[in-house]
Order: sequence, then C-alpha cells, then structure tokens
Amino acid sequence: MNLDELPKSIRERLNEMKGSERKRFIENYKKALVVPGEAVGTVAAQSIGEPGTQMTLRTFHYAGVAELSVPLGLPRLIEIIDAKKTPTNSIMTIFLNEKHKKDKEYAEKLASRLQERLLSDVCDMRIDVQNRELIIETRDKDAKKILKKLTGSEENKEKFIIKKESLSELKKMKNKLEKKKIRGIKGIKRVFVRKNNDEYVIYTEGSNLKSVLNLEGVDKFRTTTNDIFQIYETLGIEAARNAIIEEAKKVLDEQGLDVDIRHIMLVADQMTVTGEVQAVGRTGISGAKESVLARAAFEETEKHILNAAIYGEVDNLDGVAENIIIGQPIPLGTGTVELAIKEFPFNLERRKSRKKK
Amino acid sequence: MIVRKKICRIEFGLFSSKMIRKLSAAKIYTPNTYDEDGYPIEGGLMDPRLGVIDPGIRCKTCGGRLGECQGHFGHIELVRPVIHVGYAREIYLLLRATCRKCGRLLLSEEELKKYNPENMTKSQFNDIWERAIRVTDSEGSCPYCGEKQIKIKFVRPYSYYEGDDNLLVTDIKERFEKITDDDLKFIGIKVRPEWMILSCIPVLPITARPSITLESSDRSEDDLTHKLVDILRINQRLEENINSGAPQLIIEDLWDLLQYHVATYFDNGITGIPPARHRSGRPLKTIAQRLKGKEGRFRKNLSGKRVNFSARTVIGPDPNISINEVGVPEVIALELTVPEEVNERNIEDLRKCILNGPKKHPGAVNVITSIGRRRILEENKEEIAKNLQYGDIVERHIQDGDIAIFNRQPSLHRISMMCHYVRVLPHNTLRLNTAVCAPYNADFDGDEMNIHIPQSEEAMAEAEILMKVQECIISPRHGKPIIGGRHDHVTGVYLLTKKGVEFTRSEALKLTQGIIKLPKGKDKFTGKEIFQELLPRDFSIEYKGKLCKKCEKCLKERCEIEAYVKIKNGKLLSGIIDAEGMSGKLLEKLFVKYGSDVAREFIDNSTKLAIRVVMKFGFTISADDWKLSEKARKRIDELIEKAKLDVDKLIQEYKSGRLKIIPGKSLEESLEDYAIMDLGNARNLAGKAAEEDVGFNSAVIMAKTGARGSLLNLTQMSAVVGQQAVRGKRIKRGYYGRTLPHFKKGDVSAEANGFVTNSFSTGLTPTEYFFHSMGGRESLVDTAIRTARSGYMQRRLINALQDLKINDDGTVRGDSNVVVQFKYGEDGIDPMKKCYLEIE
Repeated sequence: MNLDELPKSIRERLNEMKGSERKRFIENYKKALVVPGEAVGTVAAQSIGEPGTQMTLRTFHYAGVAELSVPLGLPRLIEIIDAKKTPTNSIMTIFLNEKHKKDKEYAEKLASRLQERLLSDVCDMRIDVQNRELIIETRDKDAKKILKKLTGSEENKEKFIIKKESLSELKKMKNKLEKKKIRGIKGIKRVFVRKNNDEYVIYTEGSNLKSVLNLEGVDKFRTTTNDIFQIYETLGIEAARNAIIEEAKKVLDEQGLDVDIRHIMLVADQMTVTGEVQAVGRTGISGAKESVLARAAFEETEKHILNAAIYGEVDNLDGVAENIIIGQPIPLGTGTVELAIKEFPFNLERRKSRKKK
Repeated sequence: MIVRKKICRIEFGLFSSKMIRKLSAAKIYTPNTYDEDGYPIEGGLMDPRLGVIDPGIRCKTCGGRLGECQGHFGHIELVRPVIHVGYAREIYLLLRATCRKCGRLLLSEEELKKYNPENMTKSQFNDIWERAIRVTDSEGSCPYCGEKQIKIKFVRPYSYYEGDDNLLVTDIKERFEKITDDDLKFIGIKVRPEWMILSCIPVLPITARPSITLESSDRSEDDLTHKLVDILRINQRLEENINSGAPQLIIEDLWDLLQYHVATYFDNGITGIPPARHRSGRPLKTIAQRLKGKEGRFRKNLSGKRVNFSARTVIGPDPNISINEVGVPEVIALELTVPEEVNERNIEDLRKCILNGPKKHPGAVNVITSIGRRRILEENKEEIAKNLQYGDIVERHIQDGDIAIFNRQPSLHRISMMCHYVRVLPHNTLRLNTAVCAPYNADFDGDEMNIHIPQSEEAMAEAEILMKVQECIISPRHGKPIIGGRHDHVTGVYLLTKKGVEFTRSEALKLTQGIIKLPKGKDKFTGKEIFQELLPRDFSIEYKGKLCKKCEKCLKERCEIEAYVKIKNGKLLSGIIDAEGMSGKLLEKLFVKYGSDVAREFIDNSTKLAIRVVMKFGFTISADDWKLSEKARKRIDELIEKAKLDVDKLIQEYKSGRLKIIPGKSLEESLEDYAIMDLGNARNLAGKAAEEDVGFNSAVIMAKTGARGSLLNLTQMSAVVGQQAVRGKRIKRGYYGRTLPHFKKGDVSAEANGFVTNSFSTGLTPTEYFFHSMGGRESLVDTAIRTARSGYMQRRLINALQDLKINDDGTVRGDSNVVVQFKYGEDGIDPMKKCYLEIE
C-alpha cells in the first residue's frame, strides 16, 4: 500500500508510530475499510433517522448564553435536512480578532452598532385624525436626519409634523416610516456580549453573516451563524456542507446521541453535490432523481408519471427503488456483482449416471 | 442469483387514439353490462373479450383460462373529444406557446437557431417556454404568419377562454394538430400534443377491475366499471342529442358532463370539482387514487411486497438459547418449509422427514422431482420415500440449525432484521435471548415479531454471512457494541466480581456448570477468578468502568470503589465488571481481537453466568431502599424550604421592581428563569442528600452499574419530585390568572406553578398530582407527534440516500453515477469497523 495515498488523518496517526506498531496499524486500517458495494447511503439515513425517535420535541436550548434560545432536538434536525432558507431562530457567534478580543469596550461598542434599529424603535409616531397630521417625536439624531431627508419636513422641538390630504395616505406613510432602518445591520434583532475564556464574544439573535464579516475587528475565521443558507451565500458550497455537518452534529450531541460523523458527512455531501443546497425530500434530492419510478414511488405519483409520458422519459432501472418495483435484484451489496453464467441445468439423468460410476 | 429475464429499461409515452383502437380487443358502446340471464353483453363493459375473472371460462380473445389470460384492453369512442385532466396545465402552456393560426412555436427562426434541439438542458427548455408564452400573454404577433395572439385564460380544472370566448376542445385539438414536430423538440415534448386530448379512451381489462360476488349472490362492480358506465351513458346521450339536432346549449352541457366523467375517471381528487360518488356517498377510487399515497399501488404493492415463508407471533425471553438462535414454536415449524436437495449425505434424513408426513414435526410437505411437484400426504408418503432420488428437492419443515431472518417493526435500522438459527421449541411464542433485545428494541409486554425463511442456498448463505446476530454486535451507527448483557446481567456480574466474594469449589461448580470449565486443583474461588474463565487466555485490557466517579487523580488498580478494571493475560486483576464490560469496552475489544465467535460466546456465557449469580445471591429492591433517615428528611425539607423562600424573595424583588432583568427578556420572563434555576438546584441538592443517606443498597447498585434506573429516579422516589413543566416552562396555564382554584390570583410561588415538594413515597397532594399529570400528558402527546415526524424524516432521508454505494474505486456514487464522495467519510473507514483502529 502506498503510504502517500492514505488519508491525512491516518497518515498523521501513522507518523507518531514506529516499527511493528506501524505495521499493525496499517493492517488494521485495511481491515477497517469499507467494502465496495456497501449501501452506505441507507446505513447513513438509518443511523440519523433511528435516533430521531429518541429525540425530544420542542426543545429550546441555550447556546452558551442564557439569553438566547435556539431550537434543538428533532425540529432543528428536520430544519437542517429541509434546507430551510431561514431557520426559526437564527443566532450568530461573533468572535473578535487578536487585536480586539480582550477589549471589552470595543466589543460593546461593536455590539451596539450591530443591532438593527428601526424608526419605530426610537420614535413616537401618532396620527392626528382631526388635523390630518402625522406627528413624530424623537430625540435620536440619526432618526432626525433620516426623517428630514425622507419627509422633507422641518424639525420643531423634536417633533416632525407631516400633513397629508387623506388618512389612508397618512397611514401608508406611517407604515413605511416605521420599517425604515436607521442604523445597525439588517436582521440582527438583539445583541449580547459575553466573556468566554478570557475573550469577549458577541452573540446575536438574528443573523446576517455577509454584513458582519465586513465589519472591522471581526475574526473572519471563527465568526459563524447557524443559518446554513447564509453561509452558502457568503462562503460557498463547501462552507455550507461543513455547516450542515456541524449543525447536525450539534443537535445529536446535545441530545446525547452517538452517531458517527461519517453518516452525517454523507448526508451533507448528498445535499450539496449539485453545488447548491438541496433539501432532502420531494423539493430537492428525491424530486430531482433521474428515475421516474423512484420519484413516483416517493411522493406526487401522478405528476411524475404524467410528465414522464409527455416528455418521453426513459427509466434505465439502475436504482434501488426501481428494481424493487419490478422485482429484480437491487444493485447494492451482493447485488452489485454482474456476472453471467450458464445456468446449471436441472438434470437428474446426469447426476444419476455420475452416481453409478 | 440466477436472473432468467431482465428488464433493461422502461419507456414512458402516450397512446394516440389510433393506437388505442389498435390495442383494443373490443369496442365498448353500451352502458349495460349484463343481460337478464346474468350473462355479460357483447359491447358492454364486462365483454368476454376483455379477459376472464370467473374460473372455468376461456377468454374469447386469447383462449386462456383464469390466471393464464392477463386480460385485454377495450376502447370507447367518444362522440366529442375531451381533455385529459392530467395534462390540463400542459395544454394551457402549449396553447400560449404556439400561434393560434399557424400553430408554430412563437419564437422566430433566428432565436431558435441559438439552441440545439438534440442537446438541450432543462433551463434552456424553460427559457424557450417562457419566451414563447410571453408573446401570447403580451398579445404580440406570430413571427411566422403575423397573426395577433390573444390572451388565454385557464379556468381550473379544464376550461380555456381566448379573450372572452370559450375555447372548445375540438378547436384546441385542431390547433395542436398544426404544431410541427420540429417545434416540439425545442420545448421538450416528445409526443404529439393532440394525444393529450382524448377522442377515444381505453377500457381497462376486466382483470384490472374485477367484480365481486357478494354472499347474497349479488354482483358488486369495481369503482372503475361504475365510472366507465357513467362515461358510456353520457356518451350515448350526447350522441343521440347531436343526431337529433338538439340546440347547441344542450350539447355543450352534455359535453361538459362527459368531460367531468372522463376527468374523474382518471383522477377523482381534482380540486374545483366535486368528486364522483358511489350510490352510498363514498367517493369513487379511480385510477389516480389507485396509484398514489401510502395505500396506493406504488407504496403498498410495488415498493413493499407481501411474502410467503414467514410467520409472526408474540415473543418471549429465553436466556438459555444462544444470541444466534431464535426459538420457533412447533406449530410454526410445521408450517414453514425449506427446499433441500437430496444427496448421499441427507437422503436417509429426508426419507424420515417424508415418512413423518406434513403433520408431524421434522416432516416434509412437498417433493419436487423431474416430473414435477408432489404433495406429501398420509396416503402416498411411503411411496414417495421409497422412490426418493438424488437430485430431487424435498420441501421439509424447518429444523434446528436452519436459517431464519428475524425482524421487529418498526424496522428503523438494518439491525432490526438479523439472521438467527432456528431452534424448534415447545409452546407458542417466538423466543429470543434477552441480550438481543436492544437492536430490535423489543420487550416482552406483548411485542410480536416476524421470521422469514430464505428459500435458496444463496439467500441462506448471504443471510448467514452478513446478517447473523454475532456479526451485528457492533452497531453501524456509532461503531460500539449494541448487543450485550444488560439489566440483570450487569447486576449479576457486579455481584460476582466485587470484592470479597468467595466460593468453595462445589459452589463454584454449581454456578459454572455447563457454562465454563474451572481450573483443576483449586478449592477456593473468588468471584473474579470465576469471571476470568470467560475470557481468552491472552486477553488484556484496562479501562474505567461505569462506576467511575471521575476523580481528579485516578488511583487505577487501587481505586477504592473498584471502578478501574485491569485484565492481564486473561486474569481479572482488579475492578468490578459492570455495564461497560458486559456491553461496552470489554466486549468491543473481545470482538476486535478474537472475532465474532469469541464475542458471541462471551455474551452467551457471561449472561448465563450472571443470571445464575443473581439467582444464587438474590437481588431485591423494596420501598426501604429509598426510606430516608429523620436527619436526611429534615435536611431535604430545609433545602426545599430554602428554595421556596428564595423564590418568595425573588417575587418580592419582582414586585418592588428590584429584580435584575436578564437582558432581552421581560421582567416576568426573568423571574421565571430565576425561579426555575433555584428550584432545579434545590432538587439536585436534595437528590445528593438522599443519595448520601441511602448508602449503597440494591437500587443504587442498579443505577451506578448501569443496570437499570438512574439516580434521578431515586431522588424522585425518596426526596422530591421537583418542578413539572409544560412547554418547557413552569405550569402557567389553567384558570384566569392562576393555575388552579386552590391558589390566589397572580400567585407566582413555587407550589402554585407546578413545583412538587413531595416525593413519590411520601405521596403527592391533589394539586401536585394534577400538575404531575399535566407534565405526564404533555410528554405522552409529545411522543406521539415525535414518532410521526421522525418517521417521515427517516423516509425522506432513506429515499434521498438509498442509491449511494461504495464503488470498486472507493468513491461513493449515487443517482446517475454522480460522485458524492471521493473517499467515503474522508478516510474510507467503515463506522462499523472503526473499532479496529481505536482499540490499542
């Protein structure tokens, strides 16, 4: 066996050994290899699915900080596998770079800049029905600036008064203004600074990886989010794959369930082979399968059969589901081997004659 | 496996009306099915040319009998064409993508030149579709004939309007006939579009819609037959009306009705139209309903199939059979058979089986000779036995040592199906060794399990080599043992291997008789010395057991509680064997170093020995085990009292507004969080106090060795049950402002919100009992929902991943040979075999 061809993790372990120990380790490594034909996919799916029954439902747990609760347990696992665009509760863990990581003031200053502030957070808005006016009171400087720009009206003792012809117009205006961002980063609802092993870490509720990574003082290597789709968009498919593995592993570990990482890796790889994050299910992997029968047997039977007919699809029957349907051996495990032999004839005469000899 | 025929591929397509007529064995034209005498009418839906469903009758088309003739299609000529509902959307798209006058695709020649119709991607198809449709939607004009297009409206489920005019199906058909084949290539449609409009529908053979004769000798027709009768009836009426020159309005109404019936014939679940119903009001099951869903053809009959040579009954425990065996009741053994070829070695045995006949246990049911299959009966068994020849196949009853596949549903992982050797036993339950309960997740409170008997040598060999229980000791999920001694086995070895256990030779022999041999010339044995006889002579291992308290500095062999196990050259030098030994590290190493046979033997013998030990010493728990001393009781009461006071203090602070708010939470939420924390702490402390007080009795032994139960169970029984929760919070729901009428409104104290101060042994107060039930109910509901949710998740996962396998080059490939991983798990190691690398 060529040692250079061994995977990195194995080589590293080998380098620490010598002589007979080394030899034995290589022997054992050969023994531990997967065999061709092994149905690794099914085993992975079972290994993740089976402990699902033992998981708790509706657990909101704390991710290191008491203030933030993240969904864990089965709902979160389903969320990951569904490749949901926005998780129910996204959180970010923002680490600071070497220069700032011990600087509490800097962390707090940065944190305060992160939180998204809307006009409605800092203003007091009301509609004066009689005078057809929208009255906005605020002390916030940024808000004042924006209001001036947007409405064109002048400040009067921390008060803006906007007049409009109709009430409905006023209402529309109010709704629009309320949602206006004045500072902070979009999507980040709450921010906390925590000391974590003598460094300051910022935790946020809501997530916006792209903008946060652009901030100064942020450690771009360690800062992370639990929103897989955002990771995919900002850092690419490989990062998304790692994020899926990490998030899924986190859920299983938290529940005290021991699942080999290789199973999770396989799921993550299958979800990301196309270069995009595909959901596990009819909208993703299963719906994009080549075989008509496999798709029809999973979900939306009629749709797949009807479409197959007009688009002239051909099922080459090389998957598992298809071969079960038509009653043939499946191409997995011992069924992988394709060998044609002449069938040994059921010949009593010959056997009898052999006996006589 | 010998594959005699192989289906290489399946092509999908549509039938043209011409093709339907060509395939048809009979034209069906009358809605009547039987005449007065009860004979099927020619040209009716039960036309004898469509196949046979009654025994003894020959098919008029092919001459086959029932079972030989698969049935033949007929056809119905529709007076007016109708739309195939399944393609209503595609028809709408096509109408918009093509010119209303010349039928060309609404994209100019130049634009189409950019694409190669022989090699198109999905997105290119979509592109063309979208651009062509845009022309009609924006009322542009045809690039070929210049005709101005008119917007088309689609009204579900099957009406189309061009502008304000209703588009008749005949018009649509005419338009579709004009579309050129070349244009179709650009939009990916491989069939003539006019075939999506039906002027002729196939009639399923009667074998596919058999009528059932009820007890009252009435015939009950299949739903599809009913539906076809409806179609024929309306078709006939429509024809009559057209021929008699009825007003257009009436004709159109009838036409629409025909469309409705044809649509529901294909799919009776279309939104927007009422489902066709049976006379009794039950919606009809038409073609789509037959295929789709969990109970449909695909999932019920094609992806999952019923099998012969299987049996199912209640299971029971049997510690005396090997983990590799399954106890099969004799009644089942009389039903299940295996084919065995006669040869020089077995002819006498098989003869005996034949002479026993089908009703006595090691008997036989059938003999297959070169002439054919013969059933063995009392009358002919002697003759058959006499004429038995080499090469004949005898289907004999299953016997000890035969291969069986044993299964318990839900089959969540592959070790839910394992191969066992048959062991025919008296009584009526299937028996399994208690050590194999874990992979099946079985218990004996009424569980049932299935066995399957493989019928070919190849299947038996495969099952035996790959699926035998001893090969499955290591779980593929995490690479650690899943089969092994548990519960009483752990207690047993604990009692055996702890310090100061000694036996005289005769006592030791009693314990080990029939299990292991004891070394000669020794009169006294410690428990450890007996246990070590289970291990191979050159076996060495050191590990920390379950008992380990994780002290900062490990004393190793001199550990006070004997948690450090040291085995050297087959000698148990120190340590108590607990769960970590019976189904953990010790077993794992045995498996890795000596293989599955030794591991199996260890499990078989150690469990048997352990049970004998428990029986010898006796092992009981009783209410006294969690009876606390006065002192401890007092201490626990104090702890709880203090926690309650703390909560009261918090409430005071909350009321006066001095409570420190947790950032991001409201005042109430903060109070809740603090309260939960304080009360949780109180329970932990109370538990510790109780643990110290009860000492090391049987209940604690079980919890600490990992045999059964936990210290939390003990705490709840002896000290305090603790906070009950609903939705992860203290109990808050109930009446307005309070949980129960026993409390004041706005009471936020511990007791009023689900804190159970009592222990199970002191007994719960009525309010506590109620809160405890609330928590209990929630977890019950939770479990029910969880099983459904996780079941669906697993189905999706399996469907997405099932095609992945390791190829000869070590890559993981899946659907259409796409490489998913270049090296499985980045290092090519099988999780099930990773223990080979981790041990040593």
